[in-house]
Amino acid sequence: MTRIVVVGAGPAGVAAATLLVERGADVTLIEERAQPGGQVWRAPAPGLALDMDRLLRGDSEGFRRFHAGFAVLRPRIDWRPETLVWNVHGGTVQIVAGGAQQALPYDALLLATGATDRIAPIPGWTLPGVFALGGAQAVLKDQGCLIGREVVFCGSSPLLFLAAVQYARFGAAVTVLDTTPLGAKISAVPGLAASAPRQLAKGIGLMAALRRQGRPMHLGVTLLGFEGSGGVTGVRWRDARGVERVTACDAVAYGHGLRPESQLAEIAGASLRFDRLRRFHAPEADALGRCGNGLYVAGDGAAIGGAEAAEVSGRLAAMALLADRGESVEFGALPERLARLRRFQDGLARAFAWPHAQVAALADGVTVCRCEQITAGEVRAVLAPQLGAAEVNRMKAATRCGMGRCQGRYCGHAAAEITAAALGRADAPLDRLRAQPPVKPLPIASALVEDDWP
Amino acid sequence: MAAAPSDPPRQRLLRVAACTGPEVALVVDGQAVTAREGESVLSAVLGVVDHLRLHEVSGELRAGFCLMGACQDCWVWFADAPRGRACTTPVREGMQVFTRPPPGLLP
Ligand SMILES: Cc1cc2nc3c(=O)[nH]c(=O)nc-3n(C[C@H](O)[C@H](O)[C@H](O)COP(=O)(O)OP(=O)(O)OC[C@H]3O[C@@H](n4cnc5c(N)ncnc54)[C@H](O)[C@@H]3O)c2cc1C
Ligand code: FES
Repeated sequence: MTRIVVVGAGPAGVAAATLLVERGADVTLIEERAQPGGQVWRAPAPGLALDMDRLLRGDSEGFRRFHAGFAVLRPRIDWRPETLVWNVHGGTVQIVAGGAQQALPYDALLLATGATDRIAPIPGWTLPGVFALGGAQAVLKDQGCLIGREVVFCGSSPLLFLAAVQYARFGAAVTVLDTTPLGAKISAVPGLAASAPRQLAKGIGLMAALRRQGRPMHLGVTLLGFEGSGGVTGVRWRDARGVERVTACDAVAYGHGLRPESQLAEIAGASLRFDRLRRFHAPEADALGRCGNGLYVAGDGAAIGGAEAAEVSGRLAAMALLADRGESVEFGALPERLARLRRFQDGLARAFAWPHAQVAALADGVTVCRCEQITAGEVRAVLAPQLGAAEVNRMKAATRCGMGRCQGRYCGHAAAEITAAALGRADAPLDRLRAQPPVKPLPIASALVEDDWP
Repeated sequence: MAAAPSDPPRQRLLRVAACTGPEVALVVDGQAVTAREGESVLSAVLGVVDHLRLHEVSGELRAGFCLMGACQDCWVWFADAPRGRACTTPVREGMQVFTRPPPGLLP
């Protein structure tokens, strides 16, 4: 019997599993968290009385549809919540659940592992009270908590405005500081309007809502640093006219969009391609999500895309998988719909840009790697010609930057920019830290079980 | 009520939706804390203290960062389990959590 393993129970993985099951396939769906939903449809923890209509407004219908769909799917699949896939090796996924390890063989593997926040290190970013933007929203959705009462949402991302509006609905005093200038947003509008006018209207609606409520909102700012000792108390920034200002706060939600969680795909053998627009690497796949050799990718882990693109790409990858196994499938208009949604994302990437020049020029004293506490200056020091670290993985070996517990998720993009600039290669495709198993630290107890493997 | 921004709050997270599950008693750095089933260790601890750990190298205070199990900056010590993430670990009755290496346990 054909065993299909799907990793990730966000909109992409669940859409894929649903389609596969409807076609009679035998599906194992593995999810690290206790509940399905991924980022966008993240569910409140059991017993949490969070009013999802108040939080999500117009999106609460999508939330309900997703979870109702999952309730129908669940008895039809081998559902493995609270299970981490930490490696892919020899045609098996290596999993750990409740401290016990297991290797599950598969015939086809569909990875829908989503994304995490992309962070540009700046002074003060390790202070308590400074949280990743996506995390600030996640802790509201699943724990019913705000990261603070006076919260500055800063960086650049469509999520900045969404999260700020949601925090305001729960009584927070919010300020938005977006590092991308208004001009870049305006030039992106025609492209955005042509590919997904409804989503564009939604985004503009969020900004208008903040304006209407009189929430401070500034575009084209330069973030100079987060201030405080023992905890953040303010954000120092320069406005578009060059005036330096400080906004007092008790928390900061910070991020520059999302980065694909592509480690498992890389370990499973996918090539990675450099995306020049976003300046990161993503798995090389065809338009349907095929990476070759029975490996498929979908959702944010394949290409950052938002909830609708995740769902559509999950279905397409599942169809490609079935087609490759000799079944007849009808792709219909789905590929064109996905292409349109991805064009919209390209527009968003321009309207909410990664500040790569600023990252490359980060002052020597600023921490780049928060795990190992390595500064930009320490990274640059080992890149001096006579020391010979002429590539980011050699830099990692020499400094430990990227070797800590987060495995380079939060420093890797900045380290790559700093390395490229120091080596005079900022215009070439960036180097990247290579992914290594385990993709996340394993509990000590589970590592011991490893010896018992056949 | 949060303190003025110039005066860092003692608690970092503000609960805006009630946990309705059964009460769970835990101990954070020797202090008795009552949480509710469904809460993460992170939200239970940051509901009463303003940080989770001291950084091993720099001694800086840290309070977690990604809040989704990816950055590993929220590691705390447990009396009966290996060190691990506060943000993805649910509270359990009788759990003992430490924000500093507890005496008698390996760091
Ligand atoms: C905090 C946040 C909020 C967002 N809000 C919105 C929104 O309101 N609207 C919108 O359109 N987009 C939103 N986005 C963008 C969002 O990423 C996508 O819309 C959507 O969630 C992507 O779906 P996905 O299925 O690709 O990945 P995800 O939803 O991220 O799901 C991936 C799943 O895979 C699991 N996983 C990953 N690695 C492993 C592993 N090794 N082992 C086991 N399980 C694993 C994860 O736990 C996760 O549940 C948000 C993103 C973030 C980070
Ligand atoms: S806060 Fe990042 S792993 Fe817990």
